[in-house]
Amino acid sequence: MLGDGILKGLAVTAKNFAGSYVSKERLTTVEYPEEREPLPEDSRNFPFLVYDGGDWEKGLRCVACQICEKECPPKCIYIEKSKDKKPDYVGKLQIYPARFDIDISVCMSCQICVEVCPFEAIKMDTEFELATDDRFGGLLLDRQNLAKSNEYYHKIHPTEAAEVDARLAEEKAKVEAKAKAAAEAAAAKAAATPAQAPTAAPATGPAEGEPRP
Amino acid sequence: MIEWLDQIFVLLKHWLVGYLPASWQTVAGVVLSVVAIVAVYPALFALTTVLERKGVGRIQNRLGPNRVGPYGILQPIADAIKSLTKEDIVPTSADGVVHFLAPIAQVVTVFMGFAVLPMGRNMVLVDMDSALLFYFAMGASAELSVFMAGWSSRNKYSLLGAMRAVAQMISYEIVLLLSSVSVVMITGSLSLVKIVEAQNQYSHGLPHWYIFTPWGFAGFVLYAIAATAETNRSPFDLPEGESELVAGYHTEYSGFKFALFFLGEYVAMLSISGLGSTLFLGGWSAPFSFLTWVPSWIWFFGKLFVSICVFIWLRGTLPRLRQDQLMNFAWKFVLPMCLLNLFVAGLWRFMGEGWLRWVVCSAILALAYVVIGWEGMKRKQIGRRSYRYAD
Repeated sequence: MLGDGILKGLAVTAKNFAGSYVSKERLTTVEYPEEREPLPEDSRNFPFLVYDGGDWEKGLRCVACQICEKECPPKCIYIEKSKDKKPDYVGKLQIYPARFDIDISVCMSCQICVEVCPFEAIKMDTEFELATDDRFGGLLLDRQNLAKSNEYYHKIHPTEAAEVDARLAEEKAKVEAKAKAAAEAAAAKAAATPAQAPTAAPATGPAEGEPRP
Repeated sequence: MIEWLDQIFVLLKHWLVGYLPASWQTVAGVVLSVVAIVAVYPALFALTTVLERKGVGRIQNRLGPNRVGPYGILQPIADAIKSLTKEDIVPTSADGVVHFLAPIAQVVTVFMGFAVLPMGRNMVLVDMDSALLFYFAMGASAELSVFMAGWSSRNKYSLLGAMRAVAQMISYEIVLLLSSVSVVMITGSLSLVKIVEAQNQYSHGLPHWYIFTPWGFAGFVLYAIAATAETNRSPFDLPEGESELVAGYHTEYSGFKFALFFLGEYVAMLSISGLGSTLFLGGWSAPFSFLTWVPSWIWFFGKLFVSICVFIWLRGTLPRLRQDQLMNFAWKFVLPMCLLNLFVAGLWRFMGEGWLRWVVCSAILALAYVVIGWEGMKRKQIGRRSYRYAD
């Protein structure tokens, strides 16, 4: 009959209305500033720079290679290389970024900078409460604003960070093994007679170090 | 004591006016009443907006506004500050004068309707013999202000919204009038005060409200449909269908002018609810004879509150109609029912007391409802949408 659909609909909305006062499960909203739902692990918005250890300035993984700056589609990254060098995580002397700015009002969160970085130095952040009263200065993040510890990285993206750490550890072990092998080879070379040296070095290399890929 | 409470506003007015010289008293009394109306209804409007947002929120399993003040009840104040501090933008090509006058015309005509509405025993600003006629004349001028707004904005959405609004309001104005005419036929008076008094009688403890008669019930339902359409409320909110028309006729309004339109719309809703309860729900009379000691104005505003809640409930339930559905519904279902209801009201009047008139009148109306409804539904084919060229 005409109008029974309306009555049915009214019953549904009345049930919703009354139910929302009775059962909390019905309410789909999250009272945001007080309650927060945990962000999904894959969430991302703007990049940050990872540093190891306690000092952000010393521990920055970035070596100012500028690949991200060149790859960035909206050109929101600005890097100035340093004049001096400092040791990186494996102890090799590297230049570091004297300036590293990201304009997050330009950034489009594409993650290309993260994908191209060979040093695992730039990662995506999940921080989204970036409101500021200065839309130019406030959204232009410098080196210090961007630097976040590796522990923080572990906190926001645990799986990804564990993978990255494993990879870095492997590389570090590789480099150390290589250095060790080289050192041993050099020692052997120094100890042995010049005639024996070419055969001794290849023989010790694979045995001491990690299996080569 | 009880009578004193019932007449508290009237006595207050007389006491205040009593301090003035006799020649000023009439004017001062009118001014006082006007001030009271102009103060009370916008306050109710503020209450309605927050009630609506909370209610619709709950219907959709949300909390609704809950930040400003306890349980969000101060939200209208925040809204008011916001709309007052917003920039007032007038389009360059708009007709400035008409654009400026439209919201004022809307609010003024809406408030004029309250002049004849009895809000309690002896609480009516003007006890006019042709109060109902005056009310509908004022209601009809709301259409003018809507069209003024739409036309002067020089915006296609405004104009389309205004066209829709005028088409809709004229169609449903007829229904609104015809459903009220049955009340006038039975009461024999256009005066709203007399209409309320005719309903303010009790037999077996129950009131003689017109809604408790077959023609009155049908008339009330038809009136409610027409009132919803007249005030451009959902499901008849096509003139401001935001998915199609941005905001309809008030697209080009901002700041305080928009707030005036908003106010006008909600106050019109309050006023048409007030008229509806006056015509069919006994106005300020109590629902049971043992409750007559409760002040009359409490009943009037209580009925107003219930009507507003129903409006909100409907808004939270029904989807918007299409323009052709709206027109078909008005002209093919509601209007024939209204005309039939006039006939039934006449029948009721001349069949005399007794159970027979109850049976005959109810049967005619129920039969007509079923038959016209069935006729209307028959042609509607619900199913998969078929495409002529795209398949």
